[in-house]
Amino acid sequence: MRRLSWFNLTSLTLGLAFLYLPMVILVIYSFNGGKLVTVWAGFSTKWYGALFHDKAFLKAAWITLKVAVISSTVATLLGTMAALVLVRAGRFFGRTLFSGMIYAPLVMPDVITGLALLLLFIAIGLDRGVFTIILAHITFSMCFVSVVVASRLQSFDRSLEEAALDLGCTPLDAFRSVTLPIIAPAVISGWLLAFTLSLDDLVISSFTSGPSSTTLPIKIFSAVRLGVNPEINALSTIMIAIVSTGVITASLLSKRSIARRAREEQEAFAS
Amino acid sequence: MRRLALIALPYLWLLVLFLVPFLIVVKISLSDQALAIPPYTPTLDLSAGWQGIRDWASGLDLENYWFLTDDPLYWKAYLSSLRIAVLSTLLTLMVGYPIAYGMARAPDHWRPTLMMLVILPFWTSFLIRVYSWKAILSQEGLLNQFLLWLGVIHEPLTILNTNTAVYIGIVYTYLPFMILPIYAALEKLDQSLLEAAEDLGCSRLSAFWLITVPLSKQGIIAGCFLVFIPAMGEFVIPALLGGSRTLMIGKVLWEEFFSNRDWPVASAVAVVLLMILIVPIILFQRNEQRNREAEG
Repeated sequence: MRRLSWFNLTSLTLGLAFLYLPMVILVIYSFNGGKLVTVWAGFSTKWYGALFHDKAFLKAAWITLKVAVISSTVATLLGTMAALVLVRAGRFFGRTLFSGMIYAPLVMPDVITGLALLLLFIAIGLDRGVFTIILAHITFSMCFVSVVVASRLQSFDRSLEEAALDLGCTPLDAFRSVTLPIIAPAVISGWLLAFTLSLDDLVISSFTSGPSSTTLPIKIFSAVRLGVNPEINALSTIMIAIVSTGVITASLLSKRSIARRAREEQEAFAS
Repeated sequence: MRRLALIALPYLWLLVLFLVPFLIVVKISLSDQALAIPPYTPTLDLSAGWQGIRDWASGLDLENYWFLTDDPLYWKAYLSSLRIAVLSTLLTLMVGYPIAYGMARAPDHWRPTLMMLVILPFWTSFLIRVYSWKAILSQEGLLNQFLLWLGVIHEPLTILNTNTAVYIGIVYTYLPFMILPIYAALEKLDQSLLEAAEDLGCSRLSAFWLITVPLSKQGIIAGCFLVFIPAMGEFVIPALLGGSRTLMIGKVLWEEFFSNRDWPVASAVAVVLLMILIVPIILFQRNEQRNREAEG
């Protein structure tokens, strides 16, 4: 087994410290009793209490959650279809344009996408609100889903599917019983990615939301624009806790399912 | 038939909600600002038939683009965004490469954990990660307190609300985008090549430059695109960490739209930004497609 050299160990330690220190500090200071965020005034959970009594925040959180669940689900459906088209459909008219439209939103600055979508909604006379935010979120997150699923489809052994077809499966059956279980982990992580992207989006939501559809990031942004806000520290801590638990659980589950599949394959070959 | 439906649904969605909106942006960038709802003229009136289309077309001109070249604010903002994006991409590469390298050299059983540790911040809210630097970088913030305590400085430094804070913010938030593609390239690197080079008398440093760097080129290119393109149009980081003198085009566009309510000028700003980014975006897409086909 290779040992890690001092140089590599140092760069890893410093790198991870850089990635995590700001968040750790934020979490610690969310339990600060004082209003001044940089001066420690004893342990307290009062900002959490204040947060849960803030009706405007709770309403924004509810809207954000609703948008994220709906948009990530539709985006996963459309994104998986797009991935199948990218990897499987072969040549068709406008393929380059299609792949361009999948990759461009991944790096497109949010201000451009947001402005463009808003102008579309106004041109077709759609009132801005929760519905327009959902449409906007589906559009950019489906591209992330399709890239994640496409990379899984790429490494997938087509002969398994051909075997199912040879054994008398209809194409739809083969897709359901062979392809889908294999790409399922990628579809699930695509959904999670779309969900977090939607929870997180400030710029595109700001352009496409109406007065009664303020989302959590819009609320957070207006609260912290001028300075540090202890209630936002508490809210951030809650969000960091939820995300870390989710990601760690998901990665443990996927590790277990990979190990199980490897064992099953071994057993299948042995018998 | 089923194949057609499979292609048509995502295709149409992206056409209507991604491509058509850009055409509308281009159209409005050619219109004039007006005190109306929507605040621009002319609007296309299809009910007036051919005459309506002709009136609409004759009302379009390049006035907003001339306006952008007239006012130094705009081209200064483009140049300043370009400088900030290029420099912070290089900084991210310098910070990210050693981390990716360390990950690729780590023992096999560490790698999934390291991978998760790098991905986890990426799942955490971007807005919150940018915001977390406010408490660290401010005048009475933790960094200044720490440096004063160490005795390195005697007066608190002004970092928040300057371009330095914007650089720190971009490097911090985009770091995982740089690390992951480079790590993916380095992980595939055949160790025996390095051993062969050393056997043939190559020093470790020159083996690194002659073998490791060229073979991780694809990862470096992908990482740089993933940082540079969004950084160029970044809004949240300059808005939260930058100062009134931080000039970035994303912020200019935002203010043009939300504060000045000048939709045609905001659209022209977006079109020019898109024209600057279209070459890197196409190169990025080519690079990704090539990588995908090389794997398949």
